[in-house]
Amino acid sequence: MSVLVFAESTNGKFKKSTLEAVCYGKQVATLLGTDCIALADGALDASELASLGKVGASKVVTVKHDNLAHFDAKAYSYVVTEAANKTNSDVIIFSYNVSGKAVAPIVAAKLQAGFVAGAVGLPEIANGFVVKKGAFSGKAFAYYNIKTSKKVIGLTPNSFPITSTDATATVEVLDINIPAEQFSVTVKETVKTTGDILLTDAELVVSAGRGMKGPENWGMIEEMAKILGAATACSRPVADIHWRPHGEHVGQTGITIRPNLYIAIGISGAIQHLAGVNQSKTIVVINTDKEAPFFKAADYGIVGDAFEVVPKLNEAFRKYKAANH
Amino acid sequence: MKILVCISKAPDTTTKISFINNNTEFNNDKVTWIINPYDEWYALVRALELKEVNGGTVSVISVGGADYEAILRKAFAIGADDGVRIDANPTDAYFVANQIATYAKAQGYDLVLCGKETIDYNSSQVGGMLAALMDLPYISLATKLDVAGNEATVECEIEGGKEICSVKLPAVISCQKGMAEARIPNMKGIMAARTKPLQVIPAAASETLTEIVKYELPAEKTGCKFISPDNVDELVRLLHEEAKVI
Repeated sequence: MSVLVFAESTNGKFKKSTLEAVCYGKQVATLLGTDCIALADGALDASELASLGKVGASKVVTVKHDNLAHFDAKAYSYVVTEAANKTNSDVIIFSYNVSGKAVAPIVAAKLQAGFVAGAVGLPEIANGFVVKKGAFSGKAFAYYNIKTSKKVIGLTPNSFPITSTDATATVEVLDINIPAEQFSVTVKETVKTTGDILLTDAELVVSAGRGMKGPENWGMIEEMAKILGAATACSRPVADIHWRPHGEHVGQTGITIRPNLYIAIGISGAIQHLAGVNQSKTIVVINTDKEAPFFKAADYGIVGDAFEVVPKLNEAFRKYKAANH
Repeated sequence: MKILVCISKAPDTTTKISFINNNTEFNNDKVTWIINPYDEWYALVRALELKEVNGGTVSVISVGGADYEAILRKAFAIGADDGVRIDANPTDAYFVANQIATYAKAQGYDLVLCGKETIDYNSSQVGGMLAALMDLPYISLATKLDVAGNEATVECEIEGGKEICSVKLPAVISCQKGMAEARIPNMKGIMAARTKPLQVIPAAASETLTEIVKYELPAEKTGCKFISPDNVDELVRLLHEEAKVI
């Protein structure tokens, strides 16, 4: 038995979330006394494929098919399931990002494998196979015991550190025939938002809320994000009144994120919002109201008007960046 | 067109979460239960909109005990035509998906919709599992859905962007923000909800593949360090030297 990691790539490169999943897979394999194998797109460069050895894969198996260029949950899950069988893998690991959410549940059901979605830590195997995951939209954690011999884990992005060595992986082509009926989706258009930093991947996030008084005032927020190399986010009310796109809404009914640094500007910190961000390593809150509940969840706070504080802070960040790069 | 919407119940979003029995059980005390927002606001409302345009029926289904009746009646009040409750404790996602798939397979639904995840266990599993167990195509995290004939056009989230694709029906689709706007039930809907047919059926034999052994609350922050708005350089220094995040 081995540990198999679904190694997703974009534009010819493995994603950050993939590297996290392979590192995690390596640790799980070590716990179980076995090897970590990565499953990747055979269209990638040989050097890119072998680079997964650095993060812990002993072998990279590849599958190539023209139709795999477009994402199709059914076809992808067919490939992963077949690869798991061919590599004799009992534990299958996905990054629980957008693609993982589409593919992993299908694979789990097909293999009748117990599945923990949104894992934030390594399994404890002293008594069963217990995996910690986020629950109640960030308000708590639950520990799931997987009772089946086959297991699927979806790893929450940004929850596991990437460590690397000089090792390389062997690359092996897997011969998997994908029946035509497995391709069920016809892609008409793909709109990429490349150039932006993916919110769920971002290590630094600058977020703002109703305290900004109107969408026309977001320039200084975007400026701060640009200086820091951060992604931008917002609170729900601001997305609901269309000041900002829905994709930026973090919170209980939006996206849950866990960056290293979350800067909240003009957001009071309702329980639903906190649920989406309270796993951030460091939280900075800037608010005019010193009683704002967000300060209770913050590491650093500034009581002050965003329209005065943010431009000054942008200047300070710019100065810091100039001195440190 | 026959549409099935999978409905789960979840604690109201303002709920303060706590646990009992040495952190092995969720504390139900004083919890207000609602329809899982993604199931209601997006899956159910979009199903009703599609029915209003194309005709057909919208059925709702839940796996749960008698305490699920209020949730299903609320879905009726919003506009669902009828409902099924599979009488069992929804122990894990595979169990729930297996129950729904076993029932739904023989019913000839054109579309099976669910919310992108529940707001309590956030697993985003049931939709994909249903698709696998019913051997249907699956599109997850859909933000738009239209149907013409036996084909659905769907806009969905992909990593770092969005995709517009088409799929032959029947299919399973998980729904999120963008799909529809929440509807508030009117008096007529609330009155009609009482008499709409709600079928209760026994659970099929099925395994549970996972179990929750304990819960934990996140560690509390130790306290906020306040910095003067006139000394933002100090914040930058702390972020660099103390927190080490920049």
